[in-house]
Amino acid sequence: MANSLFEEKLNSNGFLVTTEIGPPKGADVSEMVHCIDLLKDKVDAINVTDHQSSVMRFPSLGGCLLVKECGGEPIIQVTCRDRNRLALQADLLLAYSRGIKNVLCLTGDSVDVGDHKEAKPVFDLDSVQLLKMARGMESGKDMVGNELKGTPQFCLGASVHPEADFIEPQLIKFEKKVIAGAQFFQTQGIFDLESLKKFMQYASQFNIKILAGIIVLASARMAQYMNDNVPGIIISQAIIDELANVEKGKGLQKGIEIASQFIRTIREENLCHGVHIMAVGKEGIVPDILEAA
Amino acid sequence: MIVAEQKSLEEIRRIIAPYEKVLLLGCGTCVTVCGAGGEREVAFLNSALRVAQAKSDDGVHNFSEYTVKRQCDFEFLDVLVDKVNEVDTILSLGCGIGVQVVAERFPDIPILPGVNTSFMGMAKEWGVWDERCAACGDCRLAETAGICPITRCTKGILNGPCAGTKNGKCEANKDMDCAWILIYKRLERLHQLEKMRRYYPPRNFRVIPRPRRIVMKADIEQGEDNG
Repeated sequence: MANSLFEEKLNSNGFLVTTEIGPPKGADVSEMVHCIDLLKDKVDAINVTDHQSSVMRFPSLGGCLLVKECGGEPIIQVTCRDRNRLALQADLLLAYSRGIKNVLCLTGDSVDVGDHKEAKPVFDLDSVQLLKMARGMESGKDMVGNELKGTPQFCLGASVHPEADFIEPQLIKFEKKVIAGAQFFQTQGIFDLESLKKFMQYASQFNIKILAGIIVLASARMAQYMNDNVPGIIISQAIIDELANVEKGKGLQKGIEIASQFIRTIREENLCHGVHIMAVGKEGIVPDILEAA
Repeated sequence: MIVAEQKSLEEIRRIIAPYEKVLLLGCGTCVTVCGAGGEREVAFLNSALRVAQAKSDDGVHNFSEYTVKRQCDFEFLDVLVDKVNEVDTILSLGCGIGVQVVAERFPDIPILPGVNTSFMGMAKEWGVWDERCAACGDCRLAETAGICPITRCTKGILNGPCAGTKNGKCEANKDMDCAWILIYKRLERLHQLEKMRRYYPPRNFRVIPRPRRIVMKADIEQGEDNG
């Protein structure tokens, strides 16, 4: 039996669509709630990011509670950057008790790229260990073997970087994540479908679902900035040029067009099991992208 | 070796401000090699402090200097007994260990640190030192081809690279090599990639509980056998 609505969809053969929302910097969640309302019926699940790019924000767990309250299906992003193994287990217990069962297990960006550069980086666990920890809790025991009162059950996901410039070590880690219990993967941004195809040739041997990460670009400048500053992003020059060649003010439109075309191709050619659309900061355009795709 | 950096002249002047007679105490081992607190640096600091004092026209300090072979061992500190009686404070240019051993040896006089103890590392080239060991107490270098992910990966993770690595460099610092890319390449070269495919469980941070202490077991056991 599936643990969550999203897991039920994972187990079906439909084309999956997820997206993500970055919680606000501050206690005013009205805009976020508006976003959730806009997206919840158009996607299979909504990720809530965990201080993405190591910038302090409203928490992922709180954001997922809002998604639940609005009637959406949340995926909680959990990183190892800010919490040790006690806090991570505790947060998963809280999440489960409130009906948040989809967990994306990540190592987390370095503190150095964020806005609290002097903070102590925790990284008590890494993403593989986090997956294993969550799976372990499902046996009714905590990490050290003490019994849990009430056993949680999760639908676990992880991330993978098919366009890494040095792919072999990433594939080794990917396989470790599969063995540790990941059921689905949301990839880092895909900007070249050939690399996705190549990755899928390798990944299809495993019984897991792959959702291709789609990052919506709004301008050539944004693309270049992300290339230079956002961990793991490698945007091809061809796409940067394509964005640079549009009229001023039409960049986002072009970005939506590129993203939609990618999604359409992925779905029509059955390249992987779905897409994960990342438009953090302008989540409102996700329905337009889906419409266009 | 232990690598340290001398504190700024401004900070040193601020911390010695309350004291008139200051002994600048160098150390002949690690901080000599990394150019932070050996005999040469003590002499240079002595001059710099005198010049700064003359310029600022608040000449209240009286400096003396001395460098011991090692500050981190009581036996090398006995030579200081007379000198200590003649000063109001000791500014140690030894590492954090040196400072504390001197403090423990001379309980009646304030000891001040003149360097920031930075890490354990090696001279990559002259004037460039790189961290190599975190003294985690649970060495895994056999599994990582002699390259320490705890020290050299900004996240200290154990199961392979994060997705932030680009051009073989670290997401936290584009000038720094990604430790996991180095590990992969070296394991591949040694035909030991299976070591990277293994799962490594979370670290045990109580391998040696803090504050750490090691008691030499071999000698005690031997002693017991002999006795």
